[in-house]
Amino acid sequence: METILEPLQYAFFQKGLLVASLSGALLGFIGVYIVLRGMSYIGHGLSHSIFGGFAAAQLFAAQFYILGAGLWGIASALAINTVAKKSRVGADAAIGVITTASFALGVALFAKFGTSGPSFESALFGSILGITTEQIIGLLAVIVLTVGFVFLRYRALLFATFDPDVADVSGVKVNRIEAMLMIILSLAILATLTVVGVTLVAAMLVIPAVVARMLTDSFGKMLAISTIIGTFSGFTGMYISYYAGVPSGTMIVLVGATIFLLVLAITGGRGLKRSVGLDAH
Amino acid sequence: MTGTGVGPKLIEINGVEAGYDKSVVLHDVNFHVHEDQFTGIVGPSGAGKTTLLRLLLGTVKPYSGTVTNMQGLRTAYVPQLETVNWNFPLTVSECVLMSRPTKRKLPWSTQPERDEVTAVLERLGIAQLADRHIRDLSGGQQQRMFLARALLRQPQLLLLDEPTSGVDVSTRHDILHLLADLHEDGVAIVLTTHDLNGMAAHLPHIVCINHRVIAEGTPKQVITPPVLEQTFGARMEVLEHLGMRVVVDEQPEHKGSVSN
Repeated sequence: METILEPLQYAFFQKGLLVASLSGALLGFIGVYIVLRGMSYIGHGLSHSIFGGFAAAQLFAAQFYILGAGLWGIASALAINTVAKKSRVGADAAIGVITTASFALGVALFAKFGTSGPSFESALFGSILGITTEQIIGLLAVIVLTVGFVFLRYRALLFATFDPDVADVSGVKVNRIEAMLMIILSLAILATLTVVGVTLVAAMLVIPAVVARMLTDSFGKMLAISTIIGTFSGFTGMYISYYAGVPSGTMIVLVGATIFLLVLAITGGRGLKRSVGLDAH
Repeated sequence: MTGTGVGPKLIEINGVEAGYDKSVVLHDVNFHVHEDQFTGIVGPSGAGKTTLLRLLLGTVKPYSGTVTNMQGLRTAYVPQLETVNWNFPLTVSECVLMSRPTKRKLPWSTQPERDEVTAVLERLGIAQLADRHIRDLSGGQQQRMFLARALLRQPQLLLLDEPTSGVDVSTRHDILHLLADLHEDGVAIVLTTHDLNGMAAHLPHIVCINHRVIAEGTPKQVITPPVLEQTFGARMEVLEHLGMRVVVDEQPEHKGSVSN
């Protein structure tokens, strides 16, 4: 019990624990749509792209760097969405070039000019230090936006995720829904970036969703289980990070990966069969 | 079976040129869909069958010419089975329900909605599969589920892309009879197929295309060696069997072939 209570006396840990748990929940929740739409690679690319915006915005508008990085992220998300939809050949290559170039720009700017916000290592791998009240409010705002969007557009979002062609001719505004999903994804990545880290965000988008798929054949249950696994990974990973003295993002991802291995061992072939070809369209 | 198209027009395609990324797939297409129509679009792979279907759906816009829909036309679409991820976490009833038009803002379904789903699944003979995962269905059952999803929209026009592709003979018969029943109930049907004997020959109206409309009419009018050669680019023989046209690869020793 003391192991659990002892770190809670520190305000930085309380904030970190809250943000890590909420981040895990948010990424687990939205990750279901990302994985089922076959957008795991886009999530990975987008997190790297946002890193460039994160660094540039700190340099040019230090006080508003979150806003700048957010705009950069949304612009990247919409650009990636357009490339992925329109380019029949080489969409992956185009996304790879855009996002890694943006990441490289971020690294260069960090190296040359340093930062007034989170450190380079924190941005890459996550940190439990220096989490501000504004960041918590920002994360809560993104969670409200995400849950509200999914709640109000649940059926249309499900239709557009499962069968976009038929959804389109059935009156669902598929393009609008996809654009909204990409905007929410970029905001979610930005809001969780400081705790999970830019290089590890994609893992937390994918792992809870894949584990949840191994455990259920129901879409509604998959959403719930993925959110719970994400929350648990964030919560537990943060504690281990505190005691082990390693970046929080690494531990959050390792907890998620351990759950994946445990579920794989328990469900065996049945779970594997469910998760194989998860994003095949 | 009627279905050659004499009722009011649902869609008119006039002088249309269409394709993808600036390359033209269909040239100078004139095609009308009537209220009582039951038509098969026939042609080889890459001939533009799906493009014509997409013109009717409105998801492909013509480079030139016009596509005019009847005001307020309710269209439903059944895609090819292989276009979706069958491992998606979804039950049969969830899949059918998703197409139901609704202004409702809450995620969960209402009892009347669930009753509607049950009724349409019963109509298609798969009500007992409502809670099964979609992967656990046979090809014919998956096709019925897609039909149920389409019917929940209460369409005036039903468009199907290769509905018998990859299903066995018995399932093909089932689907054909099911579509005939729907047509009897007043739904206009347009489908694509490359299956001349198993599907096209049983339909009341056929359109043969190969980047342009080669011929259209009843199977008797259209399934002829010259039309088939123009459509498929290969010589084929046409036999009569119990009043139906049967297409075989050309073999000179066959007797009783139809020459017109």
